[in-house]
Amino acid sequence: MATPRHVTFQLNGRTVEAEEGRLVIDAAKDAGVEIPHYCYHPALGNPGNCRMCVVEVAGAPKPQVSCRLAVREGLDVRSDSPAAKRAQASALELHLVNHPLDCPVCDQSGECGLQDYYMTVGRYQSQAREDKEHKSKRVEAGPHVMLDQERCILCTRCTRFVDDVTKTHELGIFGRGHEERLDLAPDKVLDNAYSGNVVDLCPVGALTDRDFRYKVRVWYLDKTDSICPGCARGCSISVHTSTKRPWHNGGRRVARLKPRYNAAVNGHWICDEGRYSYKSLDENRLGKVLRLRPSREELSWEVLAAELAGRLRGGLAAGGPEGLAVAASGALSNEDWAAFKALFVDALKLPRLYFAADPDQVGEQDELLRRREKVPNLKAAEALGLRGGSFDALAADLAAGKIWGLWVIERDLDRVWGRRAAELLAKPELTVYQSPFKGALGDAYAYRLPATAYVEEEGHFTNFEGRVQAYRRALDPIGAARPDAAIFGLVAAALEGIRSREGAAA
Amino acid sequence: MTVRPVERPRRTFGTQIYLLEVWRGLAITFRHLFVNLGRHALRALGVKTAAPGAVTIQYPEDPAVLGRRARTRHRLLKRGDGAPRCTACLLCETICPAKCIRITAEDAPDPRIEKRAKTFDIDLGLCVFCGYCVEACPVDAIRMDAQDVELSAYTRRDMIWNMPELLGDVPKLPRV
Repeated sequence: MATPRHVTFQLNGRTVEAEEGRLVIDAAKDAGVEIPHYCYHPALGNPGNCRMCVVEVAGAPKPQVSCRLAVREGLDVRSDSPAAKRAQASALELHLVNHPLDCPVCDQSGECGLQDYYMTVGRYQSQAREDKEHKSKRVEAGPHVMLDQERCILCTRCTRFVDDVTKTHELGIFGRGHEERLDLAPDKVLDNAYSGNVVDLCPVGALTDRDFRYKVRVWYLDKTDSICPGCARGCSISVHTSTKRPWHNGGRRVARLKPRYNAAVNGHWICDEGRYSYKSLDENRLGKVLRLRPSREELSWEVLAAELAGRLRGGLAAGGPEGLAVAASGALSNEDWAAFKALFVDALKLPRLYFAADPDQVGEQDELLRRREKVPNLKAAEALGLRGGSFDALAADLAAGKIWGLWVIERDLDRVWGRRAAELLAKPELTVYQSPFKGALGDAYAYRLPATAYVEEEGHFTNFEGRVQAYRRALDPIGAARPDAAIFGLVAAALEGIRSREGAAA
Repeated sequence: MTVRPVERPRRTFGTQIYLLEVWRGLAITFRHLFVNLGRHALRALGVKTAAPGAVTIQYPEDPAVLGRRARTRHRLLKRGDGAPRCTACLLCETICPAKCIRITAEDAPDPRIEKRAKTFDIDLGLCVFCGYCVEACPVDAIRMDAQDVELSAYTRRDMIWNMPELLGDVPKLPRV
């Protein structure tokens, strides 16, 4: 392939360099000039039907659409001249002829392309005197998406998404003229694994999220960069939280997850599984450090660490390291895995570690984004050289009474073993459960330690390709919860303390 | 904004002995007494004066007279069919500087209305009566013209008015 030639062209009187043949709208964006647009989307092509990106080109008799105009040497483009601005405002006025004045009840308001461009290039006096065309306002397009046909500006981004990206063809444009509308294809429902993305790419409020519907106005949301923990892909996401006015979202702190553009991993999209994984984040949470057996008591972290270290020490002396098993999951961050290795491998030299995704943390895989392993960070354990056994082998050893101690980290054994789990869990004398969530068996352990969820800590995940990505802290931890790495560190320090005291005594 | 310096009244012998000032004040009081007495007397005789004589209102035994535009307690308005006008757009909650409005929204059964308020609470113990909520409302659902200024309660919780109370559907009673 020939290397693209760089050319210079004039943009708003400025000399700009760009690859020859690059779209003017992209070249302008690179140069820091945003040209308004609806139908053009970098991942979905440029049909040129919205006419919002019109610019004035020297020598051309009429304004040109910049999403279908290639950069060439000596091109003289103006996106801010009075003629270009007038053309953009006229295009917007036509879009708004039949657009209802729904802004007060519309979930999109605050992040709506029509509102934004009205304020930047619109500000015209409407000349429309006719009544607005009325269409269906509440079409349940699918389990996650609500369609309002009146608000649609027919940019076709969503139909191109279901045609080109998911290839499921659920949406189409039907009718002609003022009757033209976006609708479901006959006998189809928008229920593919990526259906939530049409909400993000809709520049107006025509496609909205049924889960987010009427919950929180977008201006109340705080946004934090994060990484989706839903599978080994590690898509870049933005966590939208609503904490200042808890009554809006029924007390749930995370209001929604949105994809964050990352060309190397997920592009513009995330799957629905990941998008709606936020719902369980505030349910069934642990916030207290508890000893449940033999007697129920709330402990401080320091007391817990000393007590647990003492019992581990005693158990190791009596039963040896072969009898202590650690069951974890790939939900741990790189930092957690490092502390995990320092405690269980380097200090305690345990041979029995279990963190395989099978049988409960696996699911569907596809060509687009989803990976079979439904945990974000098994790769880091692999990179640290950790080797784990299978959960079937652990179940057999537990049943045979070979295990005196079991430490479970962010894993619900009920999902791993089903009905057998409670019975197996009763076998070892020391059981420790460390997780953000109570799970089905949270009461069956001797110790229960609250860990932070990924939105309450910061760290890194290594995705299946080996890409290390950072996620940031969006919320405060619940109660006494601490990151897994901090808990491992506490116990390791307590063990070290016992060892040094014993060394001094000897 | 321009700053206009105002000179502080000087202390003089006349002001410091007080007696002179006391007499001056009493003179004003008695002037009002006699002027009003004269006006009431003339009116009793059937002679109209330019201004009526001043009257003391026996508040709270007699009700206070408020101007029609006085900014008083909020009320929520209804549509023609009796449903609340509020569409739960949350603009009033957003603009409220005292953060005294709490709204949660739900789907309205009528698809032309789409969204309506599920709950609408105003904490009058926090409200600063600025009237921004009335200004912000795009559908004229909230007004501050209930002509009610006697807002007091024995508990803070009773200062919170909920939607049926603001609509006037139920009387505001202390919660037990």
